[in-house]
Formats: sequence, C-alpha cells, structure tokens
Amino acid sequence: MSKSPRIALLAGAAGLAVALVGPLLAQPAPKNHAPAKPPHAAQAAAPVAPAAAPKLGLGREALPAEIKAWSIGVRPDGQGLPPGKGTVRQGDELFQAQCAACHGEFGQGNGRWPVLAGGQGSLKDDRPEKTIGSFWPDLSTVFDYIHRAMPYGNAQSLQPDEVYALTAYLLYLNDIVKDEDFELSDKNFTSIKLPNAAAFYDDDRETTEKAFWGKQPCMKDCKSEVKITGRAAVLDVTPDSKTAPKVD
Amino acid sequence: MTSHRDDPAPSRRRFLGGAALAGAGLVTAGSARAEAGKPDPLITDVQDWNRYLGEGVDKHPYGVPSRYEKNVIRRDVPWLTASPESSVNFTPLHDLDGIITPSGLCFERHHGGIADIDPANHRLMIHGLVEKPLVFTMEDIRRMPRENRVYFLECAANSGMEWRGSQLNGCQFTHGMVHNVMYTGVPLRVILAEAGLKPKAKWLMLEGADSSGMNRSLPLEKALDDVLIAFAMNGEALRPEQGYPLRAVIPGWEGNLWVKWLRRIEVGDMPWMAREETSKYTDLLADGRSRRFTFFMDAKSVVTNPSPQAPLKHKGRNVLSGLAWSGRGTIKRVDITLDGGKNWQSARIDGPVLDKSLTRFYVDFDWNGGELLVQSRAMDSTGYLQPTKEELRKIRGANSIYHNNGIQTWHVKPNGETENVEIS
Repeated sequence: MSKSPRIALLAGAAGLAVALVGPLLAQPAPKNHAPAKPPHAAQAAAPVAPAAAPKLGLGREALPAEIKAWSIGVRPDGQGLPPGKGTVRQGDELFQAQCAACHGEFGQGNGRWPVLAGGQGSLKDDRPEKTIGSFWPDLSTVFDYIHRAMPYGNAQSLQPDEVYALTAYLLYLNDIVKDEDFELSDKNFTSIKLPNAAAFYDDDRETTEKAFWGKQPCMKDCKSEVKITGRAAVLDVTPDSKTAPKVD
Repeated sequence: MTSHRDDPAPSRRRFLGGAALAGAGLVTAGSARAEAGKPDPLITDVQDWNRYLGEGVDKHPYGVPSRYEKNVIRRDVPWLTASPESSVNFTPLHDLDGIITPSGLCFERHHGGIADIDPANHRLMIHGLVEKPLVFTMEDIRRMPRENRVYFLECAANSGMEWRGSQLNGCQFTHGMVHNVMYTGVPLRVILAEAGLKPKAKWLMLEGADSSGMNRSLPLEKALDDVLIAFAMNGEALRPEQGYPLRAVIPGWEGNLWVKWLRRIEVGDMPWMAREETSKYTDLLADGRSRRFTFFMDAKSVVTNPSPQAPLKHKGRNVLSGLAWSGRGTIKRVDITLDGGKNWQSARIDGPVLDKSLTRFYVDFDWNGGELLVQSRAMDSTGYLQPTKEELRKIRGANSIYHNNGIQTWHVKPNGETENVEIS
C-alpha cells in the first residue's frame, strides 16, 4: 500500500483494485442502522474508498467567485444572509406585483396555491392550516426559499433588499410584526423567532413506536368480527383510470 | 378446417372481436374463451401477423412497449396540486411485476419542473467545511470508482391521502409514489474524501440545479455509509425526470432527500432547515407538535393484484401479487389475509430479496366468487411489523401527511370489482 495513487492508476485495473480495496480491511465496518444483513440480502456492501484512501486526483479547486455565486443557502444562525434591508411597506408593493397572483393579496392562497398567512392555533384541528406564522419554525427558511425558488418560474431574480422586504411583509401578514415601517435586515434578522419554533423535535419513532418491533404476527383466529368502516367510493375522487393523460 | 387455413384474407374484424371479448372483464367460470366445442378462430385462421411481414429492425431505434400496453402509464391526481411543474404522478404498480420498475414508469415528483441540462454543462460543487472545495464535471464523475445497487425510492407522502380514511381507488394512487431501479453511481464518501472533511463537519446540504433549487440537509453519518451519487438507472443514463444527469441516492430514506439534478454539496456543522425539511416533510402529530428529520421509510407492503384497477376476472385459480419494502433492511416475511385479518397465511416471496429494495410476493389461490377483504402485512429484518392504519393513527393522529405505512385493505366483491376500504 505504499503505491502512490498515480502509480496505482497507471498500474491498471489490478493495481487500482489493490490500492482501493486493500486499506479497507483495516477499516471498521460502516455503521448501519439495520442489523446484520442476511446472506441473500448482500448488495456487496464493501465500501470502495474509505476516507484514508489515496485521492483520485479528479476535479479542480472551486474558485471563490464560483462558491459565492452558488452559495444561496441561508441557515437559522444567519449563515448565508446577504447584506441588505427592506420594510413591510416595500414588501407589500412587491408582493402585490410578484406574488399575489398565486398567493392572494394577503397570503391567503388562490385555489390550491400555498397559503402563507393565518392558521395560528389550528394545528390540532381536523384541517390544520400550516402557514409561515402558524407552522414554520425558522424565518431563515422564508428568506432562503423566496430567494432560491420564487417567483415561481423566475427563480433567483429578486435582489437581497427585495427578499428582505418580502420577508418583512410576510412577518406582517402573520402578525409577527405589527408596524408597516418595520425594516428587516441582515442585522436584526436572527433576533426574530417564529411562534411555532419550539414545536418541532427529532424523529423518535424508535422509542414512541417501539411496540411495532418484535411483535409475533397473529396467524389464526385473530379477530371474531370484521366490518367495513370506510369506502373510497363514497368520496369518489379517483381520477378515471381508463383515461390517460393527454399524450401527443 | 382447411377452408379456414386457406382463407386468403383473414378476418381482421373477427380478430378484433376476439380481443374485445377477452378484455371485457367479466367474471367467468373458466379460462377458455371459445364457445364450448367450437374451434377458436385465433387458432384455426392464419392471423395477419402470422402471414405478413412485420416491422424491420431500426423501426424503433429506442424500443417502446407494445401498442397493446398503452394503458400502462403514470397517472396523476389533478386536484392534488396547483401546477403540473410542482406536482406528482404515480407508478402503475398494478400493471407491473418482478421488482424492477421500468424507467419510464417511475413516478415523478418535481418542485419546479424538469431541468433540461446538457451533461457537458453540468457541474457538481463540493464546498463548506472541506479541506479543498472542488468542482467536478460529469466526465470527472465517470472516472471515479462506481457501484451498482438496487434500491426503492418512496416519497414520504406515499399513501398520504389515506390518513383520514380510504380516499383513492387504485394502488397506483394509494401506493404509487414508489419505484425500484438499479442505480450506478459513485459512493458519496469517495467524493467527500476527495475534498477532505474538516473535523467540525456534521451535516451536508444537497441542492439541485432545477428552478426550485430543491435542497435538503443530510447527516454526515448517512453520507459516509451508503449514499450514492448516481448517473445511471437500469443500465442507462438517468431519465430527465429522475434527475439527469446526476442525482443523490439515499437508500431507505424518504424520496425527497434524493436530490435530482444535483449540482452542489455544502458541508456544514448543522442542518440548513430548508423549506422541504421544515414546512414540508415534517410530521404534524395530534398534539400539534411535529416530528422532523423522519428519514427512514418504515416497512410497508401492498397487494397490487387484485386491486381497484386490477379486479379479479376469473373464479377458480388466481394469482395474488404484491410488493413489500423497508428502509431499515430486508423483507423477512409477508403475510396475507383474505378475510379481513381473521386468518393469515405467509406469502411466497419470489425474486431477489435485497436490502432496501422492493420485494415481490405471491399467493396462488382459488377464488369461489365470495367477498374478500385482502390485506398484506410485512415484517422486516429488524423485526418491525407493519402496523394497521388504526395503530398508526392512535400514535400520530390523522394530520401527519407523511409516512403512512399502514396496512391496506381491498374489498373484492362477487363480481370481481375491488374497492379501497377500511375495516374494523
């Protein structure tokens, strides 16, 4: 294993295999959430190249301007926020011009387009209304998503100041800020918390749904009576399966 | 008989009549279609295809299914979404067999339409908490060591319309947001090693080049385990609607993480809290709180035949068929009931039983024309037993949208018609 990657590559397939597979034997098995796989399940899980493997020497260094151009993600801690600012009033004007056609004048949503405001206190209802104000945990997601994907069909066309203004307007529509002159900026952004932030927690199925594991399946006389309690035909919302989508 | 064989103009009308009869879908006592004692003209007459030349090679340089299979297509549910560019359609599970989904029938889910990318213009960037940020071309990626793996991809919202009760009549609509293909790709750990991870690295952010810039955060542990960066499915380049030229393959985890048109991987020390992991793809429970990062797809199964789009047509011998899968391992067993869960029998699993892959099962049975309440129940290699919908609702309520892996019931009526129902 003293071969340099270059030599290994030049040595052809046999050399490559040795260079890449050899060091594996000293590596711990990759951590897997599933228990040991039965023999018939093997999809040849041997890793090809652990972190310690020699580099392939492929690709080139990303330039700072390239990284900057593609770094559009904004995190809850503010990483990725561009310098800028915008007020509720400015956001209102932009929203009516660029967003209201789908989302409605007040973010109420036209047709099946997403509702952006309202719904506070509805999360335990039969028909919860999941909006920025009632459901979303992080304001950074609003900024991030507007910039990366909106307006629908013209993504990444808004300037940072415009995204700050629209985000401010959405805070206003959701009663999280009350002042039309409120200005959102990269300076005060992380100080604003959304009301439902504390209601999210990491997947706990392996504890709260532990009863689904290790059950002995019943095979005979498992219940005495069976009744139909619901039927799809009652709703009749299935598209006609005999009708194909229009194809040219 | 000889007069039939000598007939210079075989009757097209007679052939079409025969086809229509065969497709009528009425429950019949036996399998023989010809009237008793009367010879079948499909046998006694020389048929067109038996006499005249067929199409030559190269009529279809890229082959397509028989014209008699034109009903085997993806279908959507128009009322579900506002726009076809941010929508979903469904795999016709009831028309398929084996475990591999044909590439052109794999369900689609896009957030901003299908990106149309010349592979020569595609770039993959890896940056953030790495020793050396890198840019790869598709040519670079095709020079890396690659692996072939069969995995299912299931949308977290598969069966999501069924949380409040039976709604859609067809396993295509209730369970069709799943497909299973063989991927060819480079282990993500190879690409991460090439850039070199910094010690604080804990999460990655994967981002697509489509007009929604679809992005998700992925724990580093998973990335170093079995994630592939794939450029091929079922032996050929990815289909455009499946992320051509490059997509993430996140085995066993919800489909939304499998970022298509993958252009960027950022390494960080915390999740990004993207729209698709906060406002969507989080599971709202009855108490108003929500689970997040519910990555694993729990064990699930469905009987694909019979089902509402594939009713029973014959008394006597029939093949019950279906699919089972688990994001936590392999399928260990599948049980079937025909009486709504009073009595069960183990199904016959046939074909490869692979890790995090669809698995095919059958029960060969005789149907006497009585009503059936058909269910399947899967158990995976971790000992997880597929729950009933009621058991799920007891813990989660009915507003989760995502991760509905409850047992499906089909009600087969005496005329063979089959309906999506729920039972006590």
